[in-house]
Amino acid sequence: MISAILVMALGAIVLGAALGYASIRFKVEGDPLVEKIDAVLPQTQCGQCGFPGCKPYATAIAKGEADINQCPPGGEEGIRKLAELLGREVKPLSEEHGVEKPKSAAVIDENLCIGCTLCIQACPVDAIVGAAKQMHTVVERLCTGCELCLPPCPVNCIAMVPIAESVDTWKWRYPVFRMMPKEGKAA
Amino acid sequence: MLRALFKFNGGVKPQTHKLDSVRESIGQIPLPAELVIPLHQSIGGTPRPLVKAGEKVFKGQMIGAADGNVSAAVHASTSGTVKAVEMRTMAHSSGLGTLCVVIEPDGEEAWIETRPVAWRSLPAGEVRDILRDAGIVGLGGAVFPSHLKVQGSRSTKFKTLIINGAECEPFITCDDMQMRERPAGVLRGAAILRDLLQAEEVLIGIEDNKPEAIASMRAAVANLGDTARDIQIVPIPTRYPAGGAKQLIRVLTGIEVPHGRRSTDYGVQCFNSGTAYAIHEALEFGRPLISRIVTVAGNVEAPRNYEILFGTPMRHAIAPTRAKPDSDRVIMGGPMMGFAMPNPDVPVIKATNCILVGSPALFPPPEPEMPCIRCGECAKACPADLQPFELYWFSRAKQFGKAQEYALFDCIECGCCAYVCPSHIPLVDYYRFAKSEIWDREREKAAADAARERYEFRLAREEREKQEKAAKLAAKAAETRAKLAAEAAATAAEDDPKKALIAAALARAQAQKAEIQPDNIEQLTPAQQAEVAEIEARRAQIREIAHTPPENKP
Amino acid sequence: MTSYLFILLGAVLVNNVVLVRILGLCPFMGVSKKLETAIGMGAATTFVLTLGCGTSYVLDVWLLQPFDLAYLRTLSFIVTIAAIVQFTELVVQKTSPGLHQMLGIYLPLITTNCAVLGIPLLNINLKHNFIESLLFGFGSSVGFTLALVLFAGLRERLDGADIPTYFKGTAIAFVTSGLMSLAFMGFAGLDKFK
Repeated sequence: MISAILVMALGAIVLGAALGYASIRFKVEGDPLVEKIDAVLPQTQCGQCGFPGCKPYATAIAKGEADINQCPPGGEEGIRKLAELLGREVKPLSEEHGVEKPKSAAVIDENLCIGCTLCIQACPVDAIVGAAKQMHTVVERLCTGCELCLPPCPVNCIAMVPIAESVDTWKWRYPVFRMMPKEGKAA
Repeated sequence: MLRALFKFNGGVKPQTHKLDSVRESIGQIPLPAELVIPLHQSIGGTPRPLVKAGEKVFKGQMIGAADGNVSAAVHASTSGTVKAVEMRTMAHSSGLGTLCVVIEPDGEEAWIETRPVAWRSLPAGEVRDILRDAGIVGLGGAVFPSHLKVQGSRSTKFKTLIINGAECEPFITCDDMQMRERPAGVLRGAAILRDLLQAEEVLIGIEDNKPEAIASMRAAVANLGDTARDIQIVPIPTRYPAGGAKQLIRVLTGIEVPHGRRSTDYGVQCFNSGTAYAIHEALEFGRPLISRIVTVAGNVEAPRNYEILFGTPMRHAIAPTRAKPDSDRVIMGGPMMGFAMPNPDVPVIKATNCILVGSPALFPPPEPEMPCIRCGECAKACPADLQPFELYWFSRAKQFGKAQEYALFDCIECGCCAYVCPSHIPLVDYYRFAKSEIWDREREKAAADAARERYEFRLAREEREKQEKAAKLAAKAAETRAKLAAEAAATAAEDDPKKALIAAALARAQAQKAEIQPDNIEQLTPAQQAEVAEIEARRAQIREIAHTPPENKP
Repeated sequence: MTSYLFILLGAVLVNNVVLVRILGLCPFMGVSKKLETAIGMGAATTFVLTLGCGTSYVLDVWLLQPFDLAYLRTLSFIVTIAAIVQFTELVVQKTSPGLHQMLGIYLPLITTNCAVLGIPLLNINLKHNFIESLLFGFGSSVGFTLALVLFAGLRERLDGADIPTYFKGTAIAFVTSGLMSLAFMGFAGLDKFK
């Protein structure tokens, strides 16, 4: 009995010492996972996930502090990619963080804009140009559709307009065989 | 001389349907009421519009300037007035609009001033710019700007120039008719390309089901003499898709261009015969590309080839061939690779080699799609040596990464696989779907990366501004402190003269006081006066003590 | 020499640890969704299992048998293997980030892999010597990797297949693994060539 306790204690001490030494000796800084998660996120920097930007959200996911279904702009596709990357189950978008919307861009009603520059300060990607007391405008190509410029506007002159499909961005639809009545279309 | 020809793998032999549309010569079509000329007619950037509504344009006048190098200019197809520059439905399966210049013809067909280009004496770069500004693009259907192809690979010298007159797709006969009726133009164009590229030999590949075109081209080669040196007309076996660039290169030279390489790496370049003709027109006459030969065929009474101005509505082009009443759709291109048009009013563009009128009888609706049984027929038929069943499997499951691993982008969408599929699977539709999804993802990825970069730059800028502000504040605070200190020093220096002034004033007042004798003591007794004097003396003494600096106090 | 070959071949094919012995099913089901992860898991398991077989043999012969503590085998093997796994992870993370990237999250998972405990225990039961133990461990883990990679390849294809809704996911995976198991039983026929 005593020999058993001694052997187990000896084993525990040896292994514990080895592991403890290794954890100090082979310490690694930084987490490459954050970069990988960040690469999957849509970079709207909208903060709908509850974190101040995509990188903080990526960090939180990597640490296990946030779930993968908190990013409405990424949508279902984004959740699928995150699940694949992290080996987790795909789950529906968390409703408290918002709903998936069609890709939109902010448009400033140039007749109403008073030139307060508040939206310029809010835009995370510097997609709004203008100066104090001058009309502002959104560079559509750069707008990520994060909607962060909407709340600060004192005159509510910014609207989100869905981006229309053009010949260049048009996509072929998934081929679907249409069920047709067998004998003519008369019926 | 007989050339040794090679074979490409796969391919099919569909019914050609070519004989009906070659009975009559190339026809002309009356001017339509309006021409709708889309600005975006080639691969690459959308040209910038150069005209405004109400402006008068001449035939051949540039109305859209090339945007960047990967783009080609667009010209007015006839003289007239610009009615509008607006969004119109494009000749594209999406049915979406694109920016078009709408011209109302004045019927005068007044050409803008044109003059031949002395291309022989110009540097290559300038000739390329001229071709770009003449709007020359590949007329085989891919509409790739030709000026980008008129330059060699950096490493390999040009050996072979191939002119593609194979025209393998059923129904289409526009290149055939052009080679029959205008062989000299095609040959002169080929000669220009030969000289520009400094190619050692020019091979004009024509499928052997076009004996008239071959004969006519051969006769023209003999007629042209030295101009047509090193040019050979090579009949090739009729098999779809012998007209695919990589397939034709394989047949004529035996070179198989591998995945991820270009034919120029092997000293071979390939142009469509129509493109050669257009280059000849542009350089020898200075005429930009404003029309092309289009086959109008399918479910029509009198199929024929017409020379059609770009911007002509397809309905207007179909009218003289008399579409049969059961026609239900219009296809741009052939039955294998063509695209269904959203409506018959879309304009003829540079990519339109054929307007095919369809009907349920001619092109019956597809049979129900059955499961893939992995029979491998598609792999046998694939001229690009791909595995279509694998591409189908992954495209259908939306596993696009895997589809790309199986070289989805080497697929030329020729439709051979779908043609032979015993399960009637519309394979090409799946490939097109997968390709456009992959492009979309790449765009989104690029946008996300750009957004991240801009966001990080903004964060860095905000941080820098904060630091700059802090530094500025610190500098200002230091400045204020220094100023205060200086002021304090200044006041300290100013204090002395003030004190002196006050002291002087006091002194004067005291002196005055001292001079004024109190006059209520005249009538006093001498004893009283002595007492007063004594008191006065004592006062004076006290005053003196009070006025002497403290350290001298006793 | 031949006996070593038989041990190796037997462990890889005939008595395949997953498909015949039905050990280590959790990673077999869990990390076989993608080919890359399956390869990573296989490599990590091969490394740990071979090392674990050697260590546990030494532990058994030098420590447990002299003190007559055979009843502590299971417990001490679990502890040793867990420690090896942790130690390996730390070392790999530091010395070769690339390999760690590949093995990544699978290393800790191995701790809970019953095959990794089962093979050392089988070694003792089959009275293998040190070399045989190593070979048996290596062969078994190669067999595990083989089964896992094959299965992952099948499952990747299954993703694109038209599976009835109620069979999707784990259900069809079990059906597939059952069929694979049947196929591997065919290797028992190799016995005839002994």
